[in-house]
Amino acid sequence: MNFNYKPLAAALIILTGLFGFSCQGGDSGKTLPILGSREPVERVVNGETIIDTVYHQVPDFAFINQDSQVISQETVKGKIYVTDFFFTTCPSICPKMKSQMLRVYEKYKDNPNVVLLSHTIDPAHDTVAVLKDYADRMNVRSDKWHFLTGNRDSIYDMALSYFVGVQEDEQAEGGFAHSGDFMLIDQNRHIRGHYHGTEQEDVDRLMQDMDLLLKEQQHEEK
Amino acid sequence: MKKSKLAGFALCAMALTTLTQCFTDKQNEGKRLYAQHCQSCHMDDGSGLRGLIPPIAKADYLQTHRDELACLIRQGADGPMVVNGITYNKEMPGVKTLRDDQITNLLNYIQTNFGNQNERYTMSEVKEMLEACPPHHE
Repeated sequence: MNFNYKPLAAALIILTGLFGFSCQGGDSGKTLPILGSREPVERVVNGETIIDTVYHQVPDFAFINQDSQVISQETVKGKIYVTDFFFTTCPSICPKMKSQMLRVYEKYKDNPNVVLLSHTIDPAHDTVAVLKDYADRMNVRSDKWHFLTGNRDSIYDMALSYFVGVQEDEQAEGGFAHSGDFMLIDQNRHIRGHYHGTEQEDVDRLMQDMDLLLKEQQHEEK
Repeated sequence: MKKSKLAGFALCAMALTTLTQCFTDKQNEGKRLYAQHCQSCHMDDGSGLRGLIPPIAKADYLQTHRDELACLIRQGADGPMVVNGITYNKEMPGVKTLRDDQITNLLNYIQTNFGNQNERYTMSEVKEMLEACPPHHE
């Protein structure tokens, strides 16, 4: 039996080339991944079965900010946002996280499509009044950077949805253990990136990704 | 002959001591202590956190309250504090475990880095200040 490998090899080479191209896509076409679990969902349209991929989406939420306003998914509708978890009396990593978040704030404070959400993991201490004082001292606008408090369990559940580790821990400095992650969420409430909020270089990367995401958003609107 | 041998021995011992002194971390103790106890709040560059944590870098407080700093490090601080014209009001935990000489090294590091060019402390000066710390209640 004489099998001609040539067309097959050529096809393979072309496919590989295409695949490689679509993976890299050049710098201008770079898109951010969607983080979290995904599942295929089948639906039938006009008698044909179509498989959709359903991505992990941040669930609905409602917390109170430093101005006693309710902040929910409606607040961030159509916007991209960066979120983190902290507490005002934190002696370890929080000041660094906040000083890095300030950089993000300064860069995007006049961009209406960007919001920052910082959740306290010590709502018993960090009341609206405490958060108000904290935000006012940093001199940040409350329509841009929301410091959120609320029901303890809701906040801790929310952290899980963002894949941020938080827990009460008597051994930890200040009584709470938490990661210094900044999470980037897109306008569809998909998580698009996580960054070490204490490291300047990684926060540089966050801001680059935010620019990408804002471009992607503009593109979608067109 | 015996004398020169003794002198040689002494010289050798002296050289050794100097050398080992150079290789201990003693010289950089202030820097090390800053990284260990101060940096997470006052930042790598001593800039603090806007409105919340006062800066160390070019802070007038270092000169205007020079004599209180040793006790401040040991006992911590509470209540309003004005640094470079801005009022801060956040509790700073003290570091009770630091010895007098360690506080001296830390203070000298702070006073001569981060753009500060302030007078250094002597060990006995700091000792005196620490002995006169106001009574501190927990």
